[in-house]
Amino acid sequence: MNIIKNRYLYFLISLLVIIPGIIFMGLNWQQTKTGPLQLGIDFRGGSLLEVQFEGTRPSVEELAVLYKDFSTKTQPLADPVIQSLDGNAVSIRSKTMTDETKGLLVAEMETRFGSKVIVQNFTSVSASVGGEVTRAAGWAILFAAAAILMYIWWAFRSVEHAYRYGTAAIIAMLHDVLVVLGTEAIFGYYLGWEADALFLTALLTVIGFSVHDTIVVFDRVRENSNILRRVEYEKMVNHSIIQTLDRSITTQLTVMFTLLALVLFGGDSIRHFVVILLIGIFSGTYSSIFNAAPILVVWENREWTTWFKRKEESVA
Amino acid sequence: MRNRNGWLIGIVLLIIFSLWIDLSKNIVIYNPFNNTPIVDRDVNIKLGLDLRGGLQALLEADVPADTSVSAEELTNAKNILQNRANALGVSEITMQTAGDRRIVAEFPGITNPEEVVAALKQTALLEFVDMGTTPVAAGTTIQTDFGIESPAATTETGEIIYNTVMTGAGLQTASVARSETGQYQIAFSLKGDATDLFGEYTTTHTNQYLAIVLDKKVISAPVIQSPITSGEGVITGSFTQEEAQTLAVQLRSGALPIPIKVVQSRTVGATLGEESIRKSTQAGIIGMVVVILFMAFNYRMPGVIADLALICYALFTLMLFKLIPVTLTLPGIAGFILSVGMAVDANVLIFERLKEELRAGRNLRQAIDLAWSRAWSSIRDSNTSTLITSAILFIFGNTFGASMVKGFSVTLALGVLVSLFTAIIVTRTFLHTVLDRIKLAEHPRWFGL
Repeated sequence: MNIIKNRYLYFLISLLVIIPGIIFMGLNWQQTKTGPLQLGIDFRGGSLLEVQFEGTRPSVEELAVLYKDFSTKTQPLADPVIQSLDGNAVSIRSKTMTDETKGLLVAEMETRFGSKVIVQNFTSVSASVGGEVTRAAGWAILFAAAAILMYIWWAFRSVEHAYRYGTAAIIAMLHDVLVVLGTEAIFGYYLGWEADALFLTALLTVIGFSVHDTIVVFDRVRENSNILRRVEYEKMVNHSIIQTLDRSITTQLTVMFTLLALVLFGGDSIRHFVVILLIGIFSGTYSSIFNAAPILVVWENREWTTWFKRKEESVA
Repeated sequence: MRNRNGWLIGIVLLIIFSLWIDLSKNIVIYNPFNNTPIVDRDVNIKLGLDLRGGLQALLEADVPADTSVSAEELTNAKNILQNRANALGVSEITMQTAGDRRIVAEFPGITNPEEVVAALKQTALLEFVDMGTTPVAAGTTIQTDFGIESPAATTETGEIIYNTVMTGAGLQTASVARSETGQYQIAFSLKGDATDLFGEYTTTHTNQYLAIVLDKKVISAPVIQSPITSGEGVITGSFTQEEAQTLAVQLRSGALPIPIKVVQSRTVGATLGEESIRKSTQAGIIGMVVVILFMAFNYRMPGVIADLALICYALFTLMLFKLIPVTLTLPGIAGFILSVGMAVDANVLIFERLKEELRAGRNLRQAIDLAWSRAWSSIRDSNTSTLITSAILFIFGNTFGASMVKGFSVTLALGVLVSLFTAIIVTRTFLHTVLDRIKLAEHPRWFGL
């Protein structure tokens, strides 16, 4: 099996996955004007109220009217986003409201719709905190990437061009970040999935896992580069990938089993989180085999100097 | 491994110990000599708000963004809020400072979040404000310069900004008293350094008005008739007995060193939490069983041994969760289940290596030693990168009071550390113990060869 030989095919596959994601990020941006994802209240600020009605559930219009009645100049609540959930429950997203207002609102719901109301979930985040969390999340990702780059550089210091390994691992990691963001953007666009604090947790886990996987492959390259000094670099890297392939697949499968169990049996509240993890971790394994290691070869051969020449040849 | 038996005994003892912790709700160890308990600890698993229901509120110092809040002020505010919350009769509340201007307050299992938040928000910032020579009617709302670094004389809308002489932080006691004419008033005494400050101020400002202001609202604005150097004074006004009583209580317990506002609140109903626990536990067990079967099928005898190590891993991690204690949140459970998958990875790395070395024609003992030593560098480097991510997640979650993110990072990091121990030491010890009793040459299929 020669994975390195077809490296440009694998790069192309990655691009074909990433580009639609980027397009949807643009579409989301156009729609929300706030960012490439449908941001949840953790990042944007606002209130989320999930209530269950013991009697009949009022219509979406009735609830919207109720919210409008409670809207004031300092606390504008009109035009909430209302979604029906299973079992006579609804989730209502609005601008930020205080706990006090929520108490009054729920009391009014009970009298107006004549049904006992159970608050399942209420989250309220002020807009300023939301903005701060978004910035901090960006820093957290950058900081994690920098720390991991430094660590790999240090761990591979015995190998020639140690910085290449760190850089290739970071490129593969960015690949996975883009896949995850793109997936979230597509789900967000069609299903209204909102990126919340849990999404950030999933993203950071994928980053950790992606590097974890890449290091296992690179570790073999590191070992083989000492043993197989006479072998051509390309062949040596390919050999290393093949040697670690069984392990990559097995580990991928075990993680998939546990995550699939969570998707199927773990309940609604973390399903979004686990689906993102599942896709991200699959992408992480793909990128470590089909992107990270081939990048080492591209770099070793300085192939970018011949990219355009090749084109000329094919035209000729 | 000369002291292999030593390891084996150690591991078996650890398993017994962890089973004891895992299965008990409360551990008590008695001193055998006088029969008094030396250790008496509750080892129930601590559930986060998302699992048991309750309220989490993120409180922030309500001062302009460029004003710094000292760690002491924040800690004092936290302690006062804690007292106030305790007075509500809510059990198991926790309050922690987060970053340099926030406090995370958690109230598990409460059903009246509005009342709790309202009680917390009664900041009762008491100020003694210099009004100069102009009297101000009680009930007027005024602007003060407290918490502003370099105050202007008026606000942008032209309101006067008055100078705060002292805040309620300087108060020692406050109680209801009655004047000679039978009116209710509040008698107060000041702390040492506040006494000096107040004495000096009242000496230089005699015959001027000093307003007593609660949450920017003037309660009364008496004239300073004579210097108050004793540190004792009274607040007069037209109070009913009840009003005076409330005010005195607010002054005693409510004089926060900094004003506080609620910037984030989360309420989770208890039923949702119960359902989450049930489903996640079910998912965890199913996931684990599938992984155990897969490992046994894929790696045969070493796989079965890795499965034993995996069960040890689950026992040890649960023990640590209970002993530390780690508060379990929904993402925390996800982190734990995920780390089961990662725990297996170290064993997968070793066993793949083992197969390779056996195929290369080495004898079993050599192959095992080589597999462990050669797989180690990749296990070390890959797990270090996961630990780095966990650490960054932890810092992020801690600063922003995002306890979900924090819970995930803690369980993931613990999972990685425990899995290193079980995958490397436990599996190896078990494998050698079994190998002492069989000969590979007779059973190569046991190793998937």
